[in-house]
Amino acid sequence: MTSAQIDVLLVAVVVAAACAIPGTFLVLRRMAMMSDAISHTVLLGIVLAFFVVSDLGSPILIAGAALVGLLTVVLVEAVSRTGLVREDAAIGLVFPALFSIAVILISSLAGDVHLDSDAVLLGEIAFAPFNRFAPFSVDLGPIALWVMGAILLINLACTALFFKELKLATFDPALAAALGFSPAIVHYGLMSLVSITAVGAFDAVGSILVVALMIGPPAAAYLLTDRLPRMLGLSVAIGAASAVAGYWLARVLDANIAGSMATAVGIAFILVLLLAPQRGLVATARRQRRQRWTFARQMLLIHLATHEGTPAETDESRPDHMQRHMRWPPAFANRVVRTATERGLIVLENDQLRLTAQGRHEARAAAVR
Amino acid sequence: MRIGLRTGGALAIQATDLTLAYQQRPVLWDVDLEVPQGVLMAIVGPNGAGKTTLLRAVLGLLQPAAGEVLIFGQPYASQRRRVAYVPQRGSVDWDFPTTALDIVTMGTYGGLGWVRRPGSSERARAAAALTEVGMECYADRQISQLSGGQQQRIFLARALVQDADVYLMDEPFQGVDATTERAIVELLRALRADGKTVVAVHHDLQTVTEYFDEVTLLNVRRIAGGPVERVFTEENLRHTYGGRVAGIGGRAMGNDLESAS
Amino acid sequence: MDVLGGLFVDHTLRTVALGSATLGIVSGALGAFAVLRRQALLGDAMSHAALPGVALAFLMTGSRAPLVLMLGAAIAGWLAALAIIGVARTSRIKTDSAMALTLSVFFGAGLVVLTFIQRQPAAGKAGLDKFLFGQAAAMLESDVITMAAVGALGLFALLALWKEFKLLSFDPDFAATLGMPTRRLDILLTGLLVIAIVVGLKTVGVVLMSAMVVAPGAAARQWTNHLGVMVTLAALFGAAAGVLGALLSTTAETSTGPTIVLVATGLVVVSLLFAPARGVVWARIRAWRSRRMLALEAVIADLASLAAQHGSNATHPHDIGALNAVRGRAVVERALSELAADGLARQHDTGGWSLTPRGLAEADRLARSRRAPGVAR
Repeated sequence: MTSAQIDVLLVAVVVAAACAIPGTFLVLRRMAMMSDAISHTVLLGIVLAFFVVSDLGSPILIAGAALVGLLTVVLVEAVSRTGLVREDAAIGLVFPALFSIAVILISSLAGDVHLDSDAVLLGEIAFAPFNRFAPFSVDLGPIALWVMGAILLINLACTALFFKELKLATFDPALAAALGFSPAIVHYGLMSLVSITAVGAFDAVGSILVVALMIGPPAAAYLLTDRLPRMLGLSVAIGAASAVAGYWLARVLDANIAGSMATAVGIAFILVLLLAPQRGLVATARRQRRQRWTFARQMLLIHLATHEGTPAETDESRPDHMQRHMRWPPAFANRVVRTATERGLIVLENDQLRLTAQGRHEARAAAVR
Repeated sequence: MRIGLRTGGALAIQATDLTLAYQQRPVLWDVDLEVPQGVLMAIVGPNGAGKTTLLRAVLGLLQPAAGEVLIFGQPYASQRRRVAYVPQRGSVDWDFPTTALDIVTMGTYGGLGWVRRPGSSERARAAAALTEVGMECYADRQISQLSGGQQQRIFLARALVQDADVYLMDEPFQGVDATTERAIVELLRALRADGKTVVAVHHDLQTVTEYFDEVTLLNVRRIAGGPVERVFTEENLRHTYGGRVAGIGGRAMGNDLESAS
Repeated sequence: MDVLGGLFVDHTLRTVALGSATLGIVSGALGAFAVLRRQALLGDAMSHAALPGVALAFLMTGSRAPLVLMLGAAIAGWLAALAIIGVARTSRIKTDSAMALTLSVFFGAGLVVLTFIQRQPAAGKAGLDKFLFGQAAAMLESDVITMAAVGALGLFALLALWKEFKLLSFDPDFAATLGMPTRRLDILLTGLLVIAIVVGLKTVGVVLMSAMVVAPGAAARQWTNHLGVMVTLAALFGAAAGVLGALLSTTAETSTGPTIVLVATGLVVVSLLFAPARGVVWARIRAWRSRRMLALEAVIADLASLAAQHGSNATHPHDIGALNAVRGRAVVERALSELAADGLARQHDTGGWSLTPRGLAEADRLARSRRAPGVAR
């Protein structure tokens, strides 16, 4: 591996980690689409700040972009607070408008600067190694690595410092407000982190990959654990792994790196969705098949218990009645009856199914819950 | 088949052994529901007892895991036109751009079939139904400008337009003003006088005896059902609501209830 | 004027205007339902997700025929919608996460396919990158014809199933109890959203097409409380934004998509602010008026109760210091001067205030109307 390749991989891993942290909270707060909105609109901030400082390398650009990210949030809230359009429509109106302004401003600068809207969407992480951070002519690595490293540290520090506030405001905003932690402050704080991360990352990987890295890994982690700290850790790990896998995918296919990384995030998510030990589709299907038998047996017991001692009992407790009333295929019904008999829950007498004492007990237990 | 066991004609609604589960968690367990023709029946039970689920299962909106539903002795699909549904008011978006009359006209859509639009006769029927619920002055009002009680009456009018024989109502008295409550009660009685059958999910235990003839007490299982004066007893209510108390307060309460029975 | 004159002479310009109008009408009318069904963001996800469809359609057929590319886009957008609904239904992942994930992954996959295309010999690949932001100037007559045909199909379906779609959007459960196949209708209506998106992809681009689906509907909603009028207005607004934006972008040489979107956003802003009945400006004015009326009524009531304390002489002057303390000096002074102008109150030489006989009558009327129940609404 060449040093340039190592640089690209390092940048990618750091970006993935930095995105996963605020992304986790976006996923939990059901605001994932704000990442899409903000990652588009920060472009406007960069353009506006560029008009002020005329230097594409200036840190002012990041500040400007973060401000416009916040502006997006404020505008969306202002529009939906009028009650005239729903929040989804408000997001769908605000960010295309801001993004459009940015694209038009950029095209008015065409030729003067190296800033074009395609690159912003697509990202060119392949160029990251060529922009070096070299104060006093000492080469300290790619600038992108330093910028994203700093953003990662900020994200880590803020999450660690305000962990309990973030957690509380995410799971129980009303309680948070009652305890004096303004959910609004937490909300805007989180959105600031999202904005800063989006602007730092999209220079390297493009705005669409920012969305993929912010939402994909946390969504996958959400299927793997119920604990917030573990979800954060898993998100970072899945994001970093997807970034590395995506990079190799890009090399093998000789394709766009950001696109390959987003694809890798998608593949990682699908794998988790299918194979997660508790909540994966495979595990769920298997559990449901198992539960189907338990459930059917309980249904049989409760059905018998309900009609025990009523005039309709002779009718209701015939084995063939089960097929008709429970809509069970004959083979299934026979097997339910057989397993229930084997477990000593029912007995067959004169073509009547009767509960044993244990069966009666289980029927009651099942019905009470 | 047990059709006609209780009354001379078929029961308006006969559900047998209804069992329904969300993701394997039972919401209704082996519930029987028998509604004779021409009665007003309340379905009563604590939150999460499956009252709305029962209505939706009768309407075929949910597929039961077991059991069957007969309307006048026939499967629901063939009797669809004879059943009208009044959903919970909160289940729709009242900012939808349309008028009160238009909502009521929706009740005629079932009879129109595909593609055909409602014409003047449909609108006339809708207007008549609006008058029946005392809302004729509000025909052209945007629906978001109506009060909760008025919105509820619009929904009732929409069901009236369907000219059904069985009316299923999900909490028709929820959050309505006194005027509307009186209007609804009068309407229910008028329906009964016409031989119609009404089943309503009801929350207010105080008014059950006054408004309804029959009651079904439900808490996942059917606790009791039948004429109000016979079934709506303190003991049955304790059974219905006690299960929930046991769930919160621990086993002691549940054991008490069990030994009491 | 040059542009308008050119419209009748210049063939390209006419094509552009016609195409943009078509796109605006179709996406506006069909998008209105997306707005009502809260599918604005689904539209965004689907339009981003169309990119791999366009790219793959080109890669597999080698054709740039508008119908082929639209079909590719439609299939990809469709699959994205299915993926979103499927993930949200089968797992604990919520719809918003499913949308963000699907749109970014599909778009990323689209970028990968685009790089394959870029490696092909130059001939024929040109123009595909325009699908990101759109280019009206590249619109050909064949594009316009295809857009019109596909759009007409969508509009026809909308009209034919109007009452079914209306009921499905307002109250799907009720629709089901009437025997309507709500599942299939839902799929069909989401299919119309796909059409609304793909007709504009070449003109507006995948990134911004969602705005053309949402903006006209959101603007139209403010002007009417009638679904039919709303959909018609949305079509008109869409057409206006399309034509204006396309022509502007051709003359100002800006990207077409962003320009059209900004014009559409302008329509939304105007509608939100100034639409009669719902507009924010009118609501503010109404709120301000009613606050002022309330202040007036409060001051009248205060003066009346002071008068009542005074027994026999109801028009005896009172010191208003106490009123100032309770309601604030500015409010009281403005209210008093307005009351004086209306002849309801007067200031005595001593500086004290009292109601006039007419003012007392008014106070009495207000007090009684307050007490009467059930008049509201």
